[in-house]
Amino acid sequence: MAALPPYASTGQKLWYWGFRLICVLIFFFLIFPLLVIVPLSFNPLPYFTFTPGMLALEADAYSMVNYNDFFTNIDWQNALYNSVRIAPVATLLSVSLGTLAAIGLSQSHVPFRGAIMAVLISPMIVPLIISAAGMYFFYSRIGLQGTYVGVVLAHAALGIPFVIITVTATLVGFDRSLTRAAANLGANPVRTFFKVQAPLILPGVISGGLFAFITSFDEVVVVLFVGSAGQKTLPWQMFTGLREQISPTILAVATILVVISICLLTTVELLRRRSERLRGMSPQ
Amino acid sequence: MANGENVSGPILAADGRPLRQSLARALRLQKLRALMLIAPLLIFILVTFAAPIADMLFRSVENAIVPETLPLTVAALEDWDDASGQPPGEKVFAALRQDLLAAVAAKAHTKLGSRLNYEQTGVASLLRKTGRRVKRMEEDGDLAAQFAKIHKSWADPETWATIKRFSNAYTSGYFLNAVDAKLGATGIEARPENERIYIFLFERTLILSVVITVACLLIGYPVAFLLATLPMRTSNMLMILVLLPFWTSLLVRTSAWKVLLQQQGVINDTLVFLGIVGDGARLAMINNQTGTIIAMTHILLPFMILPLYSVMRTIPPSYMRAAKSLGATDWTAFWRVYFPQSVPGIGAGAILVFILAIGYYITPELVGGTSGTFISNRIAYHISSSLNWGLAAALGVILLVVVLVLYWLYDRIIGIDNVKLG
Repeated sequence: MAALPPYASTGQKLWYWGFRLICVLIFFFLIFPLLVIVPLSFNPLPYFTFTPGMLALEADAYSMVNYNDFFTNIDWQNALYNSVRIAPVATLLSVSLGTLAAIGLSQSHVPFRGAIMAVLISPMIVPLIISAAGMYFFYSRIGLQGTYVGVVLAHAALGIPFVIITVTATLVGFDRSLTRAAANLGANPVRTFFKVQAPLILPGVISGGLFAFITSFDEVVVVLFVGSAGQKTLPWQMFTGLREQISPTILAVATILVVISICLLTTVELLRRRSERLRGMSPQ
Repeated sequence: MANGENVSGPILAADGRPLRQSLARALRLQKLRALMLIAPLLIFILVTFAAPIADMLFRSVENAIVPETLPLTVAALEDWDDASGQPPGEKVFAALRQDLLAAVAAKAHTKLGSRLNYEQTGVASLLRKTGRRVKRMEEDGDLAAQFAKIHKSWADPETWATIKRFSNAYTSGYFLNAVDAKLGATGIEARPENERIYIFLFERTLILSVVITVACLLIGYPVAFLLATLPMRTSNMLMILVLLPFWTSLLVRTSAWKVLLQQQGVINDTLVFLGIVGDGARLAMINNQTGTIIAMTHILLPFMILPLYSVMRTIPPSYMRAAKSLGATDWTAFWRVYFPQSVPGIGAGAILVFILAIGYYITPELVGGTSGTFISNRIAYHISSSLNWGLAAALGVILLVVVLVLYWLYDRIIGIDNVKLG
């Protein structure tokens, strides 16, 4: 779809612009639902549509009442606290174990590489409801059901495939002669790892970590089964809110989460570009 | 090397060992080191993830509750012929009384009742009632008559046949139930018309998943094509519009659709305002299949666009130009030259979207109403509401098998190493 040549026929011109119009409509479909909740979250009335005052852009038709509710309501605050308590620990667990394993997997001779990879990626493939059911059955056998530890372990397992995928992708372009050079210059393996390998694969590790974090932070099915009331996270609170009676506070929370995802997306994009730049520098 | 060995024996490494041995040793060490790095995670996944799945497989066939609660009865029933049409003899009733006395003391008889009730309705109340009265029975009297007096079902050979059929520690009962069948007197038989729901639900899950996959493909293909053919700078900017929904919480997107599609929601309001539909005839777009399809197509669309895009990026634009310079029209050039090369991307995207769609739970639960729910909603219902865990496990295993077959297919076609994120 390069620029339209000057000799294009009317039909070609029509198709060219028609195709662009279709694409614009699809982009609109993708982004509109996210954008529409932002203004709606400032609606002080418990309706989920625009009031006449909001459409006329009157200042007093907008209010922060939903945000106030989010920051003062004990239920929402508890949910936020639980999310913040679970996601980082689960992320740390999956990143540390996942990075080690990804380094192992990218060595040149790994026995049963395919089988191991399939097992490690499986939490991403198996439908969440099945993971949740299995974990519910098994964790209640070993006394982890309804505990903080149980939820953290479950979320860490769900985040691991993302870490494995992003870190192995970074390691694919990793120049092995760099570690050999470091060893040749007298660095021991640990020092080589921290001084040479780690800085180069760091972008991959961080973006894998962000994926793992968002997986845990957004996760609701597994926590619904493995957790108990004491581990009620933000998505869980939203889920119950949406299922029972939909309160306008949900829109405020949704808006905050959209802002968070914009931040995460920006970070991941910047990291990806940095990683590409770094890799471009190392001789292949 | 073979030549060298012939002339002067094995080649030696610096430390005097044969080179072959030395290399093998180095390779072994390397393998061991790689495995040591992988081991912690592998163990972690096996314990936190694989063991639960195995537990679910086990629960879908496990039936220990019957032989454990009624050990004497099960043993005594061995000699009884369930085709005889007669209730078993006094010996079996004596064993049942013994077993029930122990079960009532351990409060296990109600659990057994709910287990057998899945196979024959009425057994739960039968066992509850019998459990209350079994202590007052006279040990020496005619036990068969006493049991029949408590509940006439004890004189019915069908009750005994059910107990006998499910007296093994393992059962296919849950799986049969999951495909709308049961183990009857004459072997496997279909359930009555009004009790069949699972085949229908599996079919609906498959059909809706196919519809969602096709919708994602139809909507995703043009966008991926545009992104792949635009200059890098512009396409990176537009890519944000695809990635932002991808990164946004699933619940945020679901609640957005709930808000948009409601009867009093933004879309209906706009349509009424524009005069397209009357105020009294607002469209019902939520709590039905339409809601599920719209919301899930939106949610899964990035998973279609991203693999399509990464394949289309690798198709050299000069091929299309070459086709056109050889006289092909725009359409022929696209259909005969470009499209065939984008098929791997279609395969990758379609399998990915289908795998994700088939096991979806949250979105159908929130916007699907009753006509737009999936098999996963039924699994969740059996775990948390009806407490029929065996059936939930059996349904889960069937779903898992479908997904694993697709996963295997995906691995064969695309390779799991080639999964890319963002």
